[in-house]
Amino acid sequence: MTKVQFFGAGLPGFQEKDLPGRLIVLEGTDGVGRSTQIALLKAWLESTGFAVLDTGLTRSLLAGRGLKKAKEGHTLGARTMDLFYATDLADRLENQMIPALRAGFVVLTDRYVYSLMARAIVRGAPKEWIQSVYGFALKPDAVFYLKIDLPHLIPRVLTSTGFDYWESGMDFLPGSDMYDCFVEYQSRLLSTFDQLAQQYDFEIVDARQTVNKVFSVLQRKIRKVLPKVAPVVNIQALSMPPEANAKEDTKDVESSLEDQRETIQALDDGQLIEDKLEAVAASSRKSASVGRKAKKKKKT
Amino acid sequence: MQAGLDTRFPGKLFIVEGIDGSGKSTQLDLLYKWLIAEGYCVFFSAWNSSPLVKKTTKLGKETRTLSPTTFSLIHATDFADRTEREIIPPLKAGAVVLADRYVYTAFARDSVRGNDREWIRKVYGFAVPPTIGFYFRVPLETALERILAGRPELKYYEAGLDMGWSDDPYESFRIFQGKILEEYEQLVKEYNLTVIDATLPITEQQYIVRSLVKPHLKNVLRDPQFHRRRRWLTDWLSVRQAGK
Repeated sequence: MTKVQFFGAGLPGFQEKDLPGRLIVLEGTDGVGRSTQIALLKAWLESTGFAVLDTGLTRSLLAGRGLKKAKEGHTLGARTMDLFYATDLADRLENQMIPALRAGFVVLTDRYVYSLMARAIVRGAPKEWIQSVYGFALKPDAVFYLKIDLPHLIPRVLTSTGFDYWESGMDFLPGSDMYDCFVEYQSRLLSTFDQLAQQYDFEIVDARQTVNKVFSVLQRKIRKVLPKVAPVVNIQALSMPPEANAKEDTKDVESSLEDQRETIQALDDGQLIEDKLEAVAASSRKSASVGRKAKKKKKT
Repeated sequence: MQAGLDTRFPGKLFIVEGIDGSGKSTQLDLLYKWLIAEGYCVFFSAWNSSPLVKKTTKLGKETRTLSPTTFSLIHATDFADRTEREIIPPLKAGAVVLADRYVYTAFARDSVRGNDREWIRKVYGFAVPPTIGFYFRVPLETALERILAGRPELKYYEAGLDMGWSDDPYESFRIFQGKILEEYEQLVKEYNLTVIDATLPITEQQYIVRSLVKPHLKNVLRDPQFHRRRRWLTDWLSVRQAGK
C-alpha cells in the first residue's frame, strides 16, 4: 500500500487514502534513453510477476491527438501548451494511472509533471504558477532522473531521431539555426532539471553509461520501492472504485475471486499482461462514470 | 495576475459575466456595434472558441469523458490560446477587446464542480485583468424563464448532468444555475465587478454600459479614416436633403 499524496489540493472527490500499486517516474531530456529503459523494465517486472502499465506524455484519449495536432501546426503558444499538457496528464491520471494503481499495477511513466514544469519554466512561466497548476497530480513513489550532459546527448540525438522543432526550443528562441537552438534549449532545460532534482529529491542515475549498466542501476533502485511479493492484481478494482465494490453482494465477490484465479492461471500459462492493459483502457472510462454514480447513490 | 505574461497594455478590455439568460451577450453585442460605428478598433473574443482546442473539448463533451479536473483544464487551455492570440496582441496595439465570459465563468463553474477555489485562481494566473468586468445580475427564476421558455434541448455538461444532482436535465440545470449564481455573488465582492441590473429594459442597460465604457476610450486606437468618412457622410446627407 502506498499512501496517497498530492502536490496540492488533488483531484475533486478523490477519497482513497492508499493505493496498492506503485507509481514510478522516469525523467530526463529527449534522447536520454527513457523509452528504452521503460521497455526493459516492463519486460523485467512482468517476468517477475508484476502487472505493469506504461504511459507517457500525449497518450491520453482525451487530449493526446489534439495536442499532437496543435504541435504540428507550430502555432501553439507557451501557456496554451503548458495547459494542454496538464489536461493530457489529468486525463491519463484519472482514467489510466489511478485505476491501474488501484488494481495493484506498477505504473511506469515516461516523464511526469517535472518535464512539463521544466519546459514551462524554460519558456518563461513562473515556477510557482506551473507548480500550482500540477496541484491535482499524485506524488509518485519514486522519480529516477536519467542525467546526461550535452556532449553525450548530441551524438545520441543525431543517431536516433535528429533534432526536433520543439525539443530545440525553436518556438521561442531567437535565430533559425536548429543546432544552435538545440544547444541553447537543452542547456537551459538541463539546468532547470538540476534545480527540480534538488527540490523534489530525484534519484539521479548517470545516463552516460551503457544501456545495460543504467538498466541494472534502475533495477536495483526500483526493487527497493516494490512490495516483496507481487500483489495479486484485482481486476475488479480496474473497473470500479472501492465504494462501488463495497456494494457488491457475495455472489459478485465470488465471481471476482474466480476472475483472479483465472488471472493467475493466465500468468502461469505465460500469457502476458497485454490483455490487462487493454482491460485498463476499456474499463477506465466506465470506471469514471460508475464512480460518480456510486457516489451519488451514497448521498441519496 | 501573473504567469509570465505582461499585463499592462494601452488597450482596454471589457468583459461581461452572468448566468445563462442574464442577457449579457445581447448587451455586449450592442456595445460592439456602437464601438464599431464610432470607428474604434474592436476585437471580440468568445468563451470556448479557440480553434486549436475545439476538437478536444468537443471530443470530451461528446464522449462525456470530461471530469471536473479535465473540464477545468481544457477550458483554461482554450482561454490561454485566446489570451495569447486574441486578447494580448490587440491590447498591445491599443485596441478595445470585448470578451463574452471571462475567468469568472471558470471560477464559478469549476468551483461548483468541486475543484479547489485556490487552484482554479492560480491556473488562470496568466489572465489579463479587465478594465471593467460587468456582471449582469438577474434573479434565478427570470433567467430560467428566459432560457427554458422554448423547452430547448440542454446539453449534458451545460445542464450539469455530469454532477449527478438529478437525472432530469431541466431540474439539473436549475440546480446548476442556482449554484453558479451563488458563486457569482461571491466573485462580485472578491473582484469588484460592476453590477448591472439585468431586469431593466435592454436599452436602459445599454445606456448605463456605454456611459461606463466611454471614459476609458480616450486613447484607444481608432480607424484613421473614420473622421474623414464621417465628414463625407454628413456632407452627402446634407446635399441629398438640399436636393429634395
